[in-house]
Amino acid sequence: MLTFTLRRLMFAIPTLLFISLLIFLLVDLAPGSPMSQIPLTVPPDVRLKIMEAMGVNEPVFVRYFLWLKQFFVVEPLVLWDHWFGTSYSDGMQRIVSWQSRSPVMDIIVERMPQTLTVIGTSYVLGVMIALPIGIYSAYRQYSWFDQIGTFIAMIGFSVPTFFTGLVLILVFAVNLQWFPSIYDTSLRVTDWDSFLAQARQMAMPVMVLALFNAAQISRYMRSSMLENLGADYVRTARAKGLSERIVVLKHVVRNSMIPVVTVIALGIPSIFGGAIITEQVFRVNGLGALLIGAIQGSDLPTVQTLTFIFAVLIVLFNLIADILYGMLDPRIRYD
Amino acid sequence: MKMKTALLGAACAFAFAPAAFAERGADGNVKVLYSQAVSIMNAYLSSGTKDVEVGSIVLEPLAGFDEVGTMFPRLVTELPSLENGGIAEDLTSVTWKITPGLLWSDGTAFTADDVVFTAAYCMDPAGGCAQLAKYEGVQSVEAIDPLTVKVTFTGPKPNPLVAFVGAESPILQKAQFANCTGAAAPTCTEANFNPIGTGPFMVTDFKVNDSVEFVANPNYRDPAKPNFATLSVKGGGDAASAARAVMETGEFDYAWNTQINPELQAAMAAGGKGQFVTGFGTLVERIEMNMTDPSPDLPEGERSTAMHPHPILSDVNVRKALSMAIDRSLLVEVGYGASGRPTCNLVPAPAIYASPNTDCIAQDMDGAKALLDAAGWVVGADGVREKDGKRFKLLYQTSVNPVRQDFQALIKGWWNELGVEVELKTIDSGIFFGGDPGSPDTFQKFYADVEMYANNFPGTDPEPYIVAYTCDKAPKPESQWQGENINRFCDPVFDELAAKLITTKGEAERAAIVIRMNEMLTKDTYTIVPLVDRGRLSAHSNTLGGVVLNVWDSEMHNVQDWFRIK
Repeated sequence: MLTFTLRRLMFAIPTLLFISLLIFLLVDLAPGSPMSQIPLTVPPDVRLKIMEAMGVNEPVFVRYFLWLKQFFVVEPLVLWDHWFGTSYSDGMQRIVSWQSRSPVMDIIVERMPQTLTVIGTSYVLGVMIALPIGIYSAYRQYSWFDQIGTFIAMIGFSVPTFFTGLVLILVFAVNLQWFPSIYDTSLRVTDWDSFLAQARQMAMPVMVLALFNAAQISRYMRSSMLENLGADYVRTARAKGLSERIVVLKHVVRNSMIPVVTVIALGIPSIFGGAIITEQVFRVNGLGALLIGAIQGSDLPTVQTLTFIFAVLIVLFNLIADILYGMLDPRIRYD
Repeated sequence: MKMKTALLGAACAFAFAPAAFAERGADGNVKVLYSQAVSIMNAYLSSGTKDVEVGSIVLEPLAGFDEVGTMFPRLVTELPSLENGGIAEDLTSVTWKITPGLLWSDGTAFTADDVVFTAAYCMDPAGGCAQLAKYEGVQSVEAIDPLTVKVTFTGPKPNPLVAFVGAESPILQKAQFANCTGAAAPTCTEANFNPIGTGPFMVTDFKVNDSVEFVANPNYRDPAKPNFATLSVKGGGDAASAARAVMETGEFDYAWNTQINPELQAAMAAGGKGQFVTGFGTLVERIEMNMTDPSPDLPEGERSTAMHPHPILSDVNVRKALSMAIDRSLLVEVGYGASGRPTCNLVPAPAIYASPNTDCIAQDMDGAKALLDAAGWVVGADGVREKDGKRFKLLYQTSVNPVRQDFQALIKGWWNELGVEVELKTIDSGIFFGGDPGSPDTFQKFYADVEMYANNFPGTDPEPYIVAYTCDKAPKPESQWQGENINRFCDPVFDELAAKLITTKGEAERAAIVIRMNEMLTKDTYTIVPLVDRGRLSAHSNTLGGVVLNVWDSEMHNVQDWFRIK
């Protein structure tokens, strides 16, 4: 297991380097320029000077190697300095956003908490809703509960979040006025009232995303359960005279969880990736909103850094999913 | 009508004054929503309107513009003029007198050194200053004494009050930015996000592209202002939801630039929690005619250059007919509602610079057809006009934007009726306005017959805007396709007028030249076909008083006077 993990980690390095190059070229070759963000009232010669000061006009490979150095040397050094109070990174050029002229990593650190609380909560909530629904739907296949569950799952699957988001805003913010339609990121949770305010402003984005996540996971859970319910060992367990409770919850659920855990693990990078659309609709200043803003503004350093971090997370959680799979299912051995 | 409403609002501000003027910070918190999030507070590093405007809450220029475009002193005792000797007789220098006793928000004195430093900061060649145009022609800025600044120009400058005027040209504190000049400018994140200013508020928390928290400046020059103790600016999302947050849910007090379609405007106004305010500046949505041939058959480097005149649009009567076929009032009704009005001018304001021409407002389809017939373009078998075996076919491009696509469809309909075949093209605005010389789709390269977009000029002086249509400013391969004379308009008479304008003093004389130049581009030659004078549409809640919409400067220009209607 250990050698497998190490081998996979070693393989990940060239993969990630290749991905970073690919992302860089894609982002760079994509049409659009940060110049489009400069109003037309700025004369052409001034525009050119602004672009020059940003370093936009350097050749693409110069910029790529500079970015590699900044990402793998400068930024870790800055983090080291921050933790241990040293000053190795003094005077080094960090990855700087073209939009705000501030270090991209600082912006990411500033935005991570919102993404983790809102998107993370919705993911946890989604899983907590999905598992019981999936289990019970499979156990009582084609019952009214199963039919309703399937119906809701299909809605969650097929109705896009920008639509459910707007519907919720119209119903709960405009008409009922229960929840705010705009997320207040300056809110500090200090007492019971501010905690309630936080819960209220999280309610709608969490609902939208939880529905979406629950729909997906409950379908996986249901199909995995169905597969196991018909298996020989279930008949054996029942023949032994075990109660239905034990048969379903101990034997079937445990075995059915194996593929579902993998699916859940693979979905975790998307928490960090944020929910681009939902964050935009509710103005949650998470990583998704950061990414879409950077794309619209042709802010290449930010887009590049963010997408690369997402790529790292995806590679990492793929590995974790593989390892988890091996641990949960003793029949699978990688060595 | 809307202007009247705004003025009434201003009048109400005075009626409520006794309550509001009580003491600084008595009105609690005010919440402002910018549908484009703020990236930076320093206007010298970002020319985005949202950054300049929110930055103006903290950083102030020496003088600003009021809601009718009149200049007024902010940090100086009076505006320099020829009469008071502030402007030199030969127009080569300006002397500003700083208000005595002025303090930065950190309690230190505001001096002439700060002004001198600001000019040096922006004029540093390595800094990439976004407002460099404001310092065009400035030779030196020096401090005569701690309260007197002298700006010397390289030559006579008929409009010398440009540097340090308006929200785009605020004064930075020397002590804070001393180590941030040149290439180091972008690295001063703390200073750029949290500048020390003279404005009514100061930053307490800045979240990039999200929100800014302000608290009243304890050292603000008016001890009774601002009326609000704290101010929050949230950013992001879109114009429609920003309008909704003020007009329907009442979560915010003010929403900036809530440009939404007329139907939605009416629906939101019915929400009853707020009201829209409009103001008209110089932003004009227009169709630009390509005077050169964009044909793809021409070799690269000759396409859309002065080497080949346009085969169809070179005839002024053809251009005129295309303009006559357009119903501008309907365009306004469909796209902008209260926040637009039809115009025939490239320079629609300030009033003294605007030509009285209204020839184009009424649609004249029959006249347009007759004009084309007379020009030799006769209707062919399939309804499309032809002349000498050449079909009348136009490629009409613009950026992706719902209103522009509506306009394209309507105008295509009118031109089809005229017997013109129209092909529509829409380009992502990141590319269209991106200026990449390698892309065939930039508005400067103009590989199409006609194109549509909007442009304006900052401040109240149209000179740089109108003189940009001289022959040498045409985008061409040698200039990396940069240049503002998009149409490749070229007329020696116009160039002469432009040269004359640059050296003419006296507002009335200048205005006469600007009007003539504007008419040369519009009603004489139909090189530029103006469509809509686009106003600013913002929303404020019914409980927020003192709002005066200002399109000549920052919308936040009088944020210290805002108050809560109780």
